[in-house]
Amino acid sequence: MSSRNVINLERTDRHIESRTRHPGLNLGAAHAEEEDTREEMVFGFWVFMMSDLIIFGLLFATYVTMLGGTAGGPGPKELFEMKSVFIETMLLLTSSFTFGMASLALKYREDKSRLVFWLVVTLLLGVGFLFFELKDFHTMFDKGGVPSRSGYLSAFFSLVPLHGLHVTGACIWLLALLGQMAVHGLDAPVKTGILRLAILWHFLDIVWIGIFSLVYLGGLS
Amino acid sequence: MSDVTGSIFGRLGWDALPFWSMLHDHSAMTIINGIIATGAASMVVIGALAAIVLVTWLGKWKYLWSEWFTSPDHKKIGIMFIVIALVMLARAIIEAVFMRAQQAVGLDGGFLTAEHFGQLFTTHGTIMVFFMAMPFLTGIINYVMPLQIGARDLSFPVLNQVSLGLTAAGAALVMISLVLAPFSTGGWTGYPPFTELSYNPGAGVDYWIWAVTLSTLSSTMTGINFAVTIFKKRAPGMKLFRMPLFTWTALCTAILMIFGMPPLTVATGLLALDRYLDFHMFTTDLGGNMMNYVNLFWAFGHPEVYILILPPFGIFSEVFATFSGKRIYGYKVLVVATMCIAVLSFTVWLHHFFTMGQSAHINAAFGIATMLIGIPTGVKVYDWMLTMYRGRIRLSVPMVYAIGFIMLFVLGGMTGVILATPSVDYQVHNSLFLVAHFHNMLIPGLLFGMLSATNFWFPKAFGFRLEERWGYRAAFCWIIGFMLAFFPLYVLGLMGMPRRSVAFFEPQYLPWAIVAGIGALVILCALLCLVIQLWVSIRDRHANNVFAGDPWDGRSLEWSVSSPPPEYNFPVLPEIYSIDAFMTEKDRGQGWQAPDRYIDIEMPANSAMGVIMAITGLAMAFGLVWHMWWLVIGAGLATLVSIIARGFVRHTRRTIPASQVQRTHEHWLEQVRRTTPIKRSQEQSTANHGLPVAPIEGAVQ
Repeated sequence: MSSRNVINLERTDRHIESRTRHPGLNLGAAHAEEEDTREEMVFGFWVFMMSDLIIFGLLFATYVTMLGGTAGGPGPKELFEMKSVFIETMLLLTSSFTFGMASLALKYREDKSRLVFWLVVTLLLGVGFLFFELKDFHTMFDKGGVPSRSGYLSAFFSLVPLHGLHVTGACIWLLALLGQMAVHGLDAPVKTGILRLAILWHFLDIVWIGIFSLVYLGGLS
Repeated sequence: MSDVTGSIFGRLGWDALPFWSMLHDHSAMTIINGIIATGAASMVVIGALAAIVLVTWLGKWKYLWSEWFTSPDHKKIGIMFIVIALVMLARAIIEAVFMRAQQAVGLDGGFLTAEHFGQLFTTHGTIMVFFMAMPFLTGIINYVMPLQIGARDLSFPVLNQVSLGLTAAGAALVMISLVLAPFSTGGWTGYPPFTELSYNPGAGVDYWIWAVTLSTLSSTMTGINFAVTIFKKRAPGMKLFRMPLFTWTALCTAILMIFGMPPLTVATGLLALDRYLDFHMFTTDLGGNMMNYVNLFWAFGHPEVYILILPPFGIFSEVFATFSGKRIYGYKVLVVATMCIAVLSFTVWLHHFFTMGQSAHINAAFGIATMLIGIPTGVKVYDWMLTMYRGRIRLSVPMVYAIGFIMLFVLGGMTGVILATPSVDYQVHNSLFLVAHFHNMLIPGLLFGMLSATNFWFPKAFGFRLEERWGYRAAFCWIIGFMLAFFPLYVLGLMGMPRRSVAFFEPQYLPWAIVAGIGALVILCALLCLVIQLWVSIRDRHANNVFAGDPWDGRSLEWSVSSPPPEYNFPVLPEIYSIDAFMTEKDRGQGWQAPDRYIDIEMPANSAMGVIMAITGLAMAFGLVWHMWWLVIGAGLATLVSIIARGFVRHTRRTIPASQVQRTHEHWLEQVRRTTPIKRSQEQSTANHGLPVAPIEGAVQ
C-alpha cells in the first residue's frame, strides 16, 4: 500500500490544472480561482434546472392523464386559438435567439452597449410573450374555460401559467441584472448572472416547445 | 366579525384558541382534550418566552445574531439544524406517548376525541419526517461532509442559510399550530379527497400544506448545495473513490433530494390550488383524479425513505470501521450498493398503493422491484459484519446504536419483504403491521444513526466528549423501548387492528396495546437520558476536553483538525493519497504537521439572508393559512425585494489574515504536543484528550 501512496507532487499539480473551466465564461484577465468559483455557480444552476425540469415533467404527465376529465366542459378544440399561440411561440423562440446574440456580445466583445441592446430586445420579446399569453387566457375565460370548470382545465392552468410565471421571474431577473450593470458595470457577478439567466431562458424555451407540441398541437389533433 | 377585523385577521378568530371549545361545551371529553391542548400550547408559549427572557437576561442577542443567525459557516448551520431537530423530536415523542396511552386505554373509548387523535398522528408523522429526520441528517451532513472532503465550506453558504431559514419557518409554523389550532387530521400523507376543501374546510390542512412546502423547498436547495459541493470542492487528490463512505451516502442522498423533493412540491402545490383557487385536480367531482395525488406523493415519498436511510448507512460504516480498528470491508462494494439503492428507490413507489386498483401485473412488477432493494442492503449488512470480524471492537455508545441497528434493521427488512408481496399486502395494508414495519426501519435506521452520529461527532463539534454512562442508558432504553413499543404492533396488525384508530372494540387487542404503551414510556425514558447525558457532559466539559481533535483514533480527515475546528477548517487544504486519508497520515507518522507557509484565507462574509427568508417565509405561510392576504402580499414583496437587493451586494467575502491562521494553528499544535497520547482502551476515561497513540500492532489497519 505504501508504494502507491508515495507523494507525487507533479500528479497533484496536474489535478489542480485539469479542473474544468466554463467555456462560456470570459472574465477578462486570467484568474483561475475566480473562474473555478464562478464555474461552480453555473454548475449549481444547471443542477437546479434539472430539479425544476422534474416539476414540469410531472405537470406534463398529470396534464396527459387529465385530458379526459373535461366533465362536459369546453375542451381544447373550443378553447385554443392557434394564431395567438403561434405568435407567442415565435416571440419566445426569437427571444432565445436574441439572448444568444447577447451571450455572444458578452463573450467576444467588450462592448457593453451591444450587450445591453440585445438584452433589452430579449426583455421586450419576453414581455410581448407574456402579453399574448395573458390575452390567450382572457379569451379562454370568456369562452367558459376557467380552471374551476373541470379537472382538464385545472391541469391546463397548473402547467401553462407556471411557465408564464417562470418567464415573469426571468424578466424580473433580467431587469435586476441591467440594474446591477448600471451600478457595478460589467463585473464578474453580472457576467455569471447573465450566463445563468441564459440557461434559464433557453430552458423555458424548451419547456414551451413541450407545451406547444403536447398541450396545443396534441390537444387539437 | 366585522369587515375590518376580517381583512386584518382573515379567518383567524377566538375559536382558534385551544381552550375555546372547552369553554362552550362542558362534556368531560371536551374538557380533558381542552386541558391537554392548552397544556401543550402553554408549553410552546412559555418555552418561547423563557428563551427570549433568558437570552435578554444574559445579554446574548448580539452574540447570537453575529455568531450564529447570520453566520454562513457550515458547521454552525449544521448545529442549528440539529437543534431544531432535537426540539421537534421531543415534541413528536411526547405526542407518540399520548397516542400509545390513548390506545392502551382505548378499548371502547379512551380519553382523546377522534379529532384530537387525528391531529396527534398527523403532527407526529409530519414532524418526525420533515422536522426531525430531515433537519437532523441535513445538520449532520452539513457539519461533517465538508470536513471529510477537505473543503472550507459548502459551495453556496448563503443558500445554506436560506435552507436553514425555511426549515425553521416550517417548524415554527407547526409549533404555532399548537397555539392557534387546529392542525390537519389528514395524516402525514395528506391524501385527498379527505384534505379537500369540501371535507376539511378549516385551517388545519393549510398548516400542513405550507409547513411541508417550506421544508421541501429547503431540502431541494440543500440537495443542490451538497451535490455541487461534493462534485466541485474536494481537496486535491480526493478522487470520488477516495471519499469516505459517509460522504458517498451524502452524495446519493443529495441526488435523491434534487429529484425526489420536486414531486412533493407539485403535490402540495396542486392541493393548495384546489383549496385556494377552486381547482379540480384531486376532487371527487368535475373530472378531478385523486390517484394523481397518490402517485405524485409517493414519487416523492419512496425516495424520501432512502433519503432518510442512506446517511445513517454512511454513519454506521464510519462507526463500524473506527470502533473495530479496521479499514471498512468492501469499500467499493458498499459504494456500488449505495448507488443501487439510490436508483432502485425511484422504481418502487407504487408499492405504497398495491390495493388501490391497478392490475395484478403492475403489482407483481413493483413487488419484485421492491424486493430487489433487499439485495444491495443485504450486501451492506454483510460488509459491516465482515468489518467487525476479527476487529478489535470497542463497544462505545455509537457502536451500541450501530449493533442495535444492524439486528433490528434486518428484522424490519424481513417484514418489508413480506409487505412487498402484493397478495400479503392485501391482508395487512392499513393495519398496525405496516406501522410496525416502517417504525422498525426508521427508528433503528434513521434515529439510531443520528444518535450514533451525535455521540460520534459531538466531541469534534464542541471539543468535549459526551458522557458515556448516560449515553449507554439512553441507547439501551431506545433499543428496549423500541422493541416493546413496536413488536406488539406486528401482532396487533396480524390480528387486524387498523392503523390510526382512536379506539377499538376487540378485548384481545388490549394486552398488546398496553405493552406498546409501556414501550412508549421506556422511549420517553430514553429521551430523558439523552437530556441528562447532555447536561452531565456540559457540566464535566473540562474533564472531557478533546481539543487535540482525534478522540476515537479516527480515519477520515475531520479528525485531523482541532476540536472544535477553526472556521476555515484547514489552515492549508490537505492533499489526499488514499482512502482513510488521516489514518494513512498517522500510519506514516505524518499527522499534526505545520505547513511550510501560511496564506490568507477568503471566507464568506456574514449575511442576514437566512433570517430574512425565515421571517418572510413564515409570515407568508401564516398569512396563507389564515387568509390574511395583506400579510401574504407584503411578505411576498419583501422576499422578492431582498433577493433582488442581495444581487447588488458585492462584498460577499472577507479575508482571514495568514498571521491569524498561523497563530491559531500553532497554538493547537502546541496543545497537541503537550497532550499525552492514550490507548484505545482508555478512550472512555478522562485521560482522553483527543490524541491516540501511534497505530498499534495487531489490528489490521
